[in-house]
Amino acid sequence: MIKTDVVIIGAGPVGLFAVHQLGIKGLKSEVIDNLDKAGGQCIELYPDKPIYDIPAVPECSGKSLTDNLLEQIKPFGSKIHLNERVQEIKEEKGLWTLKTSNNKTFSTPNIIIAGGVGSFEPRKLPLKELIKFEGKSVFYSVTDKTLFKNKKISIFGGGDSALDWALEFAKYSKVTLIHRRNEFRGAPHTLKELEKLKAKGKITIKTPFQIDTVNEGKEIKFINIKSDDEKIEKIETDIVLGFFGLIMQLGPITEWGLNMDKKTIKVNTENFQTNKPGIFAIGDICSYPGKLKLILSGFHEAALASVECFKRARPNETYRFQFTTSSKEIQDRLGIKK
Amino acid sequence: MPKITYIEQNGNSKTIEVDNGLTVMEGAVQNNIPGIDADCGGGMACATCHVYVEDSWLNKLPKAEDAEQDMIDMAYKPNKNSRLSCQIVVSDEIDGLTVTTPEKQT
Repeated sequence: MIKTDVVIIGAGPVGLFAVHQLGIKGLKSEVIDNLDKAGGQCIELYPDKPIYDIPAVPECSGKSLTDNLLEQIKPFGSKIHLNERVQEIKEEKGLWTLKTSNNKTFSTPNIIIAGGVGSFEPRKLPLKELIKFEGKSVFYSVTDKTLFKNKKISIFGGGDSALDWALEFAKYSKVTLIHRRNEFRGAPHTLKELEKLKAKGKITIKTPFQIDTVNEGKEIKFINIKSDDEKIEKIETDIVLGFFGLIMQLGPITEWGLNMDKKTIKVNTENFQTNKPGIFAIGDICSYPGKLKLILSGFHEAALASVECFKRARPNETYRFQFTTSSKEIQDRLGIKK
Repeated sequence: MPKITYIEQNGNSKTIEVDNGLTVMEGAVQNNIPGIDADCGGGMACATCHVYVEDSWLNKLPKAEDAEQDMIDMAYKPNKNSRLSCQIVVSDEIDGLTVTTPEKQT
């Protein structure tokens, strides 16, 4: 059980800045995120796209914004728990217990949800009969390559992940690559390699095709794929892989009894607390009259939420507003040597 | 003002007036049209504003650029009529456009 002053759900820009605002007030925090890296949408969706509306930063990329925020919060030593999603929360006597998908548990008086539009999950094939095979013979990511040796593999998708794995598995398995249109999107050398393997008969390419049906029974033996003009082809296969990128889903958050408005959580604008004492929502995931989904708004929300977190984590102390320019205490926390 | 019609999979349809210059996605979101999520807010980064455009209209719209097609690859049940509604800008030329929303967006 990890004890801390605040658990922050979401390591996007707003979650990261919350670490800073809590840190300068002397509060310890831990961050949990389902992605494999910090930065949220900024890093997953648009790492290279320029952003022009961060105050005093005329232009930066999602990547550089994230890197700078990580640098800014370094002094506070908050741990960022990646590849983990918060599954359950429970309250007892003003303390929240959280449990993650990796069975880590946290105890804290404050939870800040900075979850954006939700956690990133792989998009799946639109055939519900495949669900029961997931993790056995249907996969949306590759963790153990040995599972894919000497097999008949059907790979769906037209981007880099689909192409890279098709090339890799073609070395030791029979690969069929299936895509909804004739064009693939990949690095030039990958596309060239694909052409080569296709010519040699090492990879079969089926376009424009999409999944239609799968055989009944306990094991996958074949799938049927359908083209735009309704032509159906049967592909013998042991394993189905789908690479359609990531989608954002709120997941378990919707089951925590919070006041929701569509995909957002209602908060008050004094301290961004939700209807549950000790649970805050900031950034794109919160809603209130006039809310704008801007990173700068999220920064403001983090600052205000951190004050209430202080009051809840240190009930016997009085909160004192201080500036970073003049407070010796804050400068010590930032590790500034003069 | 141009009129845009949104049809759901269950056949329900709504016709609304959308200002020139807004996108078909914005028209839907501002008028609470179900079936268009637009998670990324119009950044062409999520494919959750996916719609099917009727054949007769498809050729009248400016062609989808490669990046839009790449995103449509990620959409739920795309077909040759698929477009991202955040990339269709409303103008007098497309007055009367009809789009169908998919079963779901993810």
